[in-house]
Amino acid sequence: MHLVINGNSMELGDEVSSVTTLLEHLGLAEKPVIIEHNRDILKQEHYRQRMLENGDTLEIVHFVGGG
Amino acid sequence: MLNIGQYQFESRLFLGTGKYPDYDIQKQAVEKSQTEVLTFSVRRMNIFDPSLPNFLEKIDPKKYRFLPNTAGAKNAEEAVRIAGLAAASGRCDMIKVEVIGCDRTLLPDPVETLKATEELLKQGFTVLPYTSDDVVLARKLEEAGAHAIMPGASPIGSGQGVINPLNLSFIIEQSNVPVLVDAGIGSPADAAYAMELGADGVLLNTAVSGAEDPVKMAEAMKLAVHAGRFGYEAGRIPKKDYAVASSPEEGISVRD
Repeated sequence: MHLVINGNSMELGDEVSSVTTLLEHLGLAEKPVIIEHNRDILKQEHYRQRMLENGDTLEIVHFVGGG
Repeated sequence: MLNIGQYQFESRLFLGTGKYPDYDIQKQAVEKSQTEVLTFSVRRMNIFDPSLPNFLEKIDPKKYRFLPNTAGAKNAEEAVRIAGLAAASGRCDMIKVEVIGCDRTLLPDPVETLKATEELLKQGFTVLPYTSDDVVLARKLEEAGAHAIMPGASPIGSGQGVINPLNLSFIIEQSNVPVLVDAGIGSPADAAYAMELGADGVLLNTAVSGAEDPVKMAEAMKLAVHAGRFGYEAGRIPKKDYAVASSPEEGISVRD
């Protein structure tokens, strides 16, 4: 599957089908991330049922230092 | 006691979390400052190196209220989108509207700041807009329903201190919501001065994170904010053109 994640074009294997499996694949399952899927901001409890499709765009963001 | 929206704070010092030399120094500085409010930015995660540490893992987040900013936004729409992301973290107690309108001075875009404030208030956020020291804009932000007004002392990170005390005083005088002086503070004297003018609080970052000893400067800022606030409450003497002796003028023994 082809996804655009944080502006990076990526090819991912069949094990990635939902937001949850994508996070596991990227090693981010335990991290406090915030996800926007095709401009739709997701609630954490919806990660598991949110399925990904070829060509989808994701933003994976978090809090960093700032003033 | 400082009241902003539904929150109450003992400390009048809000602290930014950017640009510290390392997380240990930052942690100590945050502790010494005794702040109750930390600001953050929302940025893309490094998806290729998930092991990179994050400051949030170093502190007890329950001890602080989070004030994420919308830094990076160039217009109201982007600010609202960043605020939405911050809210999805579940740790967005308040939102600092920050819409930069000029890359060189980093001064805020007044029109877009007002628009973003209005929209985020509609969505139920506790909104603290970072604004220039424009008196009319500050009034319009308050009329829109902003929970606090955050005028800059001088450009972000410049360390120039309060460059227009008259405008700040006008804003403080007219406002019925807290006024927090945000950006441009360079030294404890600047923070104390802002507080002496009657500001309800100070938000600063680089003045501490960029100091030679950030931990000591964090404590200095805590004390300066206290001193300035006490000075304001105590009421300073009026300035006079000529000297007025503090010692009695009668009973001088070496005079006939």
